[in-house]
Amino acid sequence: MASNIREAGGGTPLASFLNSLPSYLLRLLGLAVVDGLAIWLLYLLIRDQVWPLAAAVAVVTLLVNAVNLTDRLYPLRWMSPALAIIILMVLYPILFTVYTAFTNYSDGHLLTKAQAIRRIGQDRFLPEGGLTYRWAGYRSETNEIILALVGSEGQTFLAVPGEPLQEITPESDGIGAFDADGFPETIEGYTRLQMRDILPILDSQLAPLEFGELPDTVKIKSIREAAQLQPRYVYDEELDAMVDQMAGEIYYADESQGSFISESGRVLSPGYQVTVGLRNFQRLATSPALRGPFVQVFGWTIAFAFLSVATTFALGLFLALVFNDPLIRGRKVIRTLLILPYTIPGVLGVLIWRGMLNQHLGVITTNMVNLFGWAPGWFTDPLWSKAGILLVNLWLGFPYMMLICMGALQSIPSDIYEAAEVDGASIWQRFWGITLPLLLVSVGPLLVASFTFNFNNFTVIYAYNEGRPPIPGTPTPAGYTDILISYTFRLAFEGGRGSDYGYAAAITFVIFLIVATITLFQYRFMGQWEEISENV
Amino acid sequence: MSSLSIPQKTPTPVAGSSIRRQRRLQSVFRLIIAVFAIGFALFPILWIVSAAFNPTSSMANQRLIPPNASTANFVKLLTNPLQPFMLWLWNSIKIAGITTILVVFITALTAYSFSRFRFRGRRSLLLTILLIQVFPNMLAIVALFLLLRQLGEYFPTFGLNSHGGLILVYMGTQMGINIWLMKGFFDSIPRDIDESAAVDGATHWQAFWWLIFPLVRPILAVVGILTFVSVFNEFILANVLLRSNEQFTLMVGLYLFVTQNFAQQWGVFAAGALIGALPIAIIYVLMQDLIVGGLTQGAVKG
Repeated sequence: MASNIREAGGGTPLASFLNSLPSYLLRLLGLAVVDGLAIWLLYLLIRDQVWPLAAAVAVVTLLVNAVNLTDRLYPLRWMSPALAIIILMVLYPILFTVYTAFTNYSDGHLLTKAQAIRRIGQDRFLPEGGLTYRWAGYRSETNEIILALVGSEGQTFLAVPGEPLQEITPESDGIGAFDADGFPETIEGYTRLQMRDILPILDSQLAPLEFGELPDTVKIKSIREAAQLQPRYVYDEELDAMVDQMAGEIYYADESQGSFISESGRVLSPGYQVTVGLRNFQRLATSPALRGPFVQVFGWTIAFAFLSVATTFALGLFLALVFNDPLIRGRKVIRTLLILPYTIPGVLGVLIWRGMLNQHLGVITTNMVNLFGWAPGWFTDPLWSKAGILLVNLWLGFPYMMLICMGALQSIPSDIYEAAEVDGASIWQRFWGITLPLLLVSVGPLLVASFTFNFNNFTVIYAYNEGRPPIPGTPTPAGYTDILISYTFRLAFEGGRGSDYGYAAAITFVIFLIVATITLFQYRFMGQWEEISENV
Repeated sequence: MSSLSIPQKTPTPVAGSSIRRQRRLQSVFRLIIAVFAIGFALFPILWIVSAAFNPTSSMANQRLIPPNASTANFVKLLTNPLQPFMLWLWNSIKIAGITTILVVFITALTAYSFSRFRFRGRRSLLLTILLIQVFPNMLAIVALFLLLRQLGEYFPTFGLNSHGGLILVYMGTQMGINIWLMKGFFDSIPRDIDESAAVDGATHWQAFWWLIFPLVRPILAVVGILTFVSVFNEFILANVLLRSNEQFTLMVGLYLFVTQNFAQQWGVFAAGALIGALPIAIIYVLMQDLIVGGLTQGAVKG
């Protein structure tokens, strides 16, 4: 195909320039806004050492700029919104998952090192011999307490929780005359606390309060004295350690653990993220307590995906064959009624079945008890739970299979059947010899796609019973009906000992590999790649 | 895609009573299967309709045809302030609507470019987009969660528990497949149209906006419907990324609400499910041929 790239506009160069000037200026204006936002975001991300996201944002920004400023990249200009979204919302999460699999990212290690140093640096303590004040307390009608502080040089400050200290004089708004000690006699809206009010609540209520705002936070030390809090841990760049100002202990950064650890083995919280190499994968491979549920979940994932495809395809194909004859009266009505389950949102479909199978009151369960005097434990028995999920998934999925089979059956030429009939082939022979092989050619790729889809069919598993019933005695929560992705999800969000994103990402990485293998197989061995490549 | 109603197998006209009897046997057989299949397909739906109109919300003593049918469950559904159903419905429509408009517009621009321009790396870029899309976004759910949490520290509009963030995530899930769907359709529009417009002095943008865009309306409709339906129905991502009651989508809200006390909330849930499922079901039934075409080109229900 000949090159079709033209400069914007037609006619003479000048006309074309004038023609494109407004759009050019508009583009520059848009770029300026995007770049301004991006630079501000990048500054914050780099300050907080959030490297992966900073890299993604930088790549997207550079791309958008290059594409909009270089005329050679004009075709990409049309795609820049799509490419920006694909890079940021699809590609970056995949790469970040892979990266996370090699880190200790988990509860207690959520922050970057810079963020952790800042967070730990917010801890305060009351030092001996620091800056002190004499104080008087005032209480509002809503029982909020504020302080007036008098410093060593005689100035008076107002200390309100969460606001910076404020110097006051008798002339300030709402402040009454000062007494001999330098405290205001009255403050509008507050009553001054007397000694007999203070004593009973000093330790229990007043001592824990912090007044003022970081870094000038003030705490009550005794009945007469209030003192400024000081940072307890100070980061020492040379030592790469946090130094405890109160106890004098030094917590060195341990880059393999992602924590500040003292020589006596005490660990500062929170820790920070570090890369840990293959440690997450080693845990998966070597810890028998973790491997046990993983193998079990893995087996059920394969079985679930395979059986889901097999049952929905079998029923869908059967119905398509039975109702394929265009001479059937009401064929269109039957088809419309049969695809209704497909139109119900998946979660709602599962929830409806969950109600019908309900252990005590569900219509299916109660009728089974009435008829046979027994009903299976649809949600408590491991095997029946799996059967229930397959049943629900069959209901949700067979219309799709029926639709694609009906479509595919149309494309099988009828003279093949006529020839087979002449040769005296039976219905079965015709089905196994002609229909199925020819059907699989066109439907095969969709079956593989359906397998991959069910391999990750989180919705059905989660909405049916959230992966329960639980497998007893596992260190991390796992259920009999959990598939890999729901198991991963639990590790990340419902872990008994906190979220372990690193380990969850390691399992996700394994799923990535499996999906990639299936897809490779689909493209390579079913000849789909050639077909796609030709259509490009 | 060939239409489903094209007859392809004409029966051989053979006289004789045995053949006729065989045909009658066949249609009886078909009738039995039709009854069973339709029963299996429809019973859960009828049961939920009946539950919605059952005057007591409890699951106990529910009949297929409820005596004293009433709309009590609908009233309960719409008046309980703890489960702001209308707000959830509005959130779902808003999120699905905004996502759909943005996806249709952005993928149309991209597809136009892939279809009309020839440039270096075009082929590999198209194939890369297809390959990336093989990994379902749900797999990266942990990364998406962490991404939104980090973004939210600087832009709360796109953080966790925000509709902005969820829309960004949904747009990501919809890009690849729809770019391919659209590009295929754009390719079928003759290039003479653009070229004659260029001769008349139109820019690419003018040609796209005034000539091509109106011509590709059918595929815009397909992409729009498929996107709207799949975003409206999506549950897992919304369940993880949204946190507070007033931010929930319909699916998340109904799920959390019914699972708290299944047997007692059954009727109210049924009423909600009915309202939530009805618009989608109508879209599907009215547009089944259109959607079947889209499906068989590779979209799997999600």
